Amino acid sequence: MTTFLELLVNGISIGAVYALIALGFVIIFKATEVVNFAHASLLLVGGFIVAKTHESVGFWLALLLGLAGAAAVGALIEFAVIRRANVISHSILAIVTIGVDIVLTTELTRQIGTEVLALGDPWGSEVLHLGAVNIPLARIAALVTASLVIALFLLAFKYTNWGVAMRATAEDAETAALMGVRRGRVSMGAWAVAGALAALAALFMCIFPTPGLDRTVTATAMKAFPAAILGGLDSTTGALAGGLIIGVTESLVGGYQSELVFLGRGLGDVAPFLVMIIILLIRPAGLFGTRELARV
Amino acid sequence: MNVHDPGPPGDSGLTVRDLAVNYGPVTALRGVSLDVPRGAVVTVLGGNGAGKSTLLRAISGTLRFHRGGVGSGAVAFGGRKLSGASTSAVVAHGVVQVPEGRKVFARMTVEENLRAGALGARDRRAAAEARQRVLTLFPVLAERARQRAGLLSGGEQQMLAIGRALMARPKLLLLDEPTLGLAPMMALRIADTVREINAQGTTVLLVEQNAALALSLATHAYVLEVGRVVLSGPAAELAESDEVRRRYLGIGDDRDEALLSGAPSIRPALSRWSA
Repeated sequence: MTTFLELLVNGISIGAVYALIALGFVIIFKATEVVNFAHASLLLVGGFIVAKTHESVGFWLALLLGLAGAAAVGALIEFAVIRRANVISHSILAIVTIGVDIVLTTELTRQIGTEVLALGDPWGSEVLHLGAVNIPLARIAALVTASLVIALFLLAFKYTNWGVAMRATAEDAETAALMGVRRGRVSMGAWAVAGALAALAALFMCIFPTPGLDRTVTATAMKAFPAAILGGLDSTTGALAGGLIIGVTESLVGGYQSELVFLGRGLGDVAPFLVMIIILLIRPAGLFGTRELARV
Repeated sequence: MNVHDPGPPGDSGLTVRDLAVNYGPVTALRGVSLDVPRGAVVTVLGGNGAGKSTLLRAISGTLRFHRGGVGSGAVAFGGRKLSGASTSAVVAHGVVQVPEGRKVFARMTVEENLRAGALGARDRRAAAEARQRVLTLFPVLAERARQRAGLLSGGEQQMLAIGRALMARPKLLLLDEPTLGLAPMMALRIADTVREINAQGTTVLLVEQNAALALSLATHAYVLEVGRVVLSGPAAELAESDEVRRRYLGIGDDRDEALLSGAPSIRPALSRWSA
């Protein structure tokens, strides 16, 4: 039971981090109808900036720089590539984002090399003891921060002019334009916000119990992709649900690996994708999706 | 029935001069000129594919959403050039369009739809005033404020679409077939509303297939056919003309009857092949 609780809390914590990434995916898709395969590289940009700057400016400022840097790179991708969307189909743009991803990831992994970079977070490897349940402090921090940021994001999405403009554009870009909404601004904003969310996720993916930022982090980040898909690519609620489902699945399957050994090793890495496939077989548009995914 | 006198340039209303619009290799409008003096209600009649919606898109700058573009000619409002401007700039200059088919944001509430309408405006106090005006004009929108717009009836959605456009405090309101698909009674109600909006000082350019209704509202009318202005003049004069009576109001029909029916039976013969 104790193990189960530990795994569950860990799963929810990592799930909240996946939800941050998936939310970014979803808002980019809503604002521009592009499936952003470059998302993992935005995450790498954010993590890399934090890793490189925290020694000289301190952790919190480094984190701020990381968020701003990833947001700027996101906005730049939108401005330089995605803005030409009027003349190209969205599936071509999705493939273009793969190209952007390869360029960014190659350069950053070259910079990182074989090192494992520490991010200098204040939580270290401390473990919180709640009765018999032991949870790393870093995981608690991830859970609390991700929940707060997600709540803030959803409130803004619902109640601010930015949110209204975003939802109007997502629903009908032409009519939103007739209201005076500037589409370029909306879509650039979406990319910037998605970049910042990805940078925050990068932080929590690279601290304890993970040793630090290394070249494999993009592969881990790709697990947020099934989270976004199974929730429904155009649903913020879906991103949350999807993130949590993937996080908990991964944690439980990984934790009980020894009992599941007849299925082979590394099941924890495969499980998120299996869950995605099963859910999509039952609900092709995802749990909360409203559009057919054929539109991608 | 003479070609309408274009009036002095720089006149504070809307002027369209020699406008040509293409969608790729397809020409949708050629040499279209028209004037909407400030304070007037002007209507543009024509069948499907005549170029009515294209004209509105060219004015509000949404041609690019349909892969179209202005080939030549100019659009200006209040002496300011609109052709080439972004849609948000057009809205900022006080020209706001109610799209064909209402296009309310179905997944958002009525309240949020109205809020979306004010996004181009930025002036909070003005937005509150505009909201008051809209809710006075359409009390039903206040009752339904928290409902999803997709659940409203067709007539209520049209009211919402007009109300949403009024949130931007337009000087010129562009209406694209506001009575399309509405019951005759509702169509007459929308017509009354348009009169009221105009009486409150907003200039109106009304695009309609329902010629009887449109001619009863407008001071001036233009008839578009296959991308050209083929007739124009004072609305009353046009309503009496044989050409318009035959093609848009139905041969020999008593005009009052056509007015009341507000019916699609007065479709022009040219309407079969839509764009």
